[in-house]
Amino acid sequence: MNKSHKIALISLLSLSNVSMVLPAAADPARDAILATLAEEAKKADPAFGGFSAERGQAFFAAKHTGGKPDTPSCTSCHSQDPTAAGETRAGKRIEPLAVSKNPSRFTKVDEVNKWFGRNCNSVLGRECTAVEKGDFIIYLSGK
Amino acid sequence: MKRLVLLSTIVFTLGLSGLRADEGVKVSPIDHAATLKECGGCHIAFPPQMLPSRSWIKLMGDLANHFGENASLDQAVQDDIATYLAAHAADAPATKGGARFTKGVGADSVPLRITDTPYWKREHDEIAASRFSDPKIKSKANCIACHRTADKGEFLEED
Repeated sequence: MNKSHKIALISLLSLSNVSMVLPAAADPARDAILATLAEEAKKADPAFGGFSAERGQAFFAAKHTGGKPDTPSCTSCHSQDPTAAGETRAGKRIEPLAVSKNPSRFTKVDEVNKWFGRNCNSVLGRECTAVEKGDFIIYLSGK
Repeated sequence: MKRLVLLSTIVFTLGLSGLRADEGVKVSPIDHAATLKECGGCHIAFPPQMLPSRSWIKLMGDLANHFGENASLDQAVQDDIATYLAAHAADAPATKGGARFTKGVGADSVPLRITDTPYWKREHDEIAASRFSDPKIKSKANCIACHRTADKGEFLEED
């Protein structure tokens, strides 16, 4: 291996390291939304130990009860694969939830509040908790 | 020559049966940002001209139960959209040609779906019910699946 090849290889390795260490798409607005949710979560439960992408994934895929019969799951409209587009019940395309495919996701607090407000009620028949919302955002930020 | 005759016959027949590709209905497109954004979040923003104002007022008054979903809005946005829809409804003074959309709707009837109006049913009576459950169409509410420029207020006969 000559010198220039070595340099190229090292650059490539360090580049891939960087992308592994950093979250998929850090965004100050999304971080602020998560920080607010973390505060709320701590208020509700002082033992709160941070959001979990695993819990978020389970929540996303789960069939819930208590909501409206046509929408038992997030996947009812967002499809099983959050990196793919979804479809409303009226047939309109929904842009992917995964931040890697749709970097503006979870960056506008009004939109986040509006859609959690509506969809948690449609799917679960209640508001989502701060932990559920934070887990959901963390999961999709890494997708 | 045979082909030309056949073609003319087809064109003539289609013309007679009212199935010309350009036939359909056009209404003024929605020019209200909140209506376009909020209604258009889940489906095309449906033309207010196609329902009477009492329908829009009732529909906008129960967004928490919106055809099987919660579509709640902040009160101010909700009021703004309701006002716009009522002012451009079939029976609003400023609406021209709105009567055709509510022909056959009883005075005490409050249709919440455009697809429940006699007008819509008449216009779609030749469409097999199975077409609406086609995965590419999915719902009668998906106007734009067949009327490609429905979002501009143009509901042309499908080609």
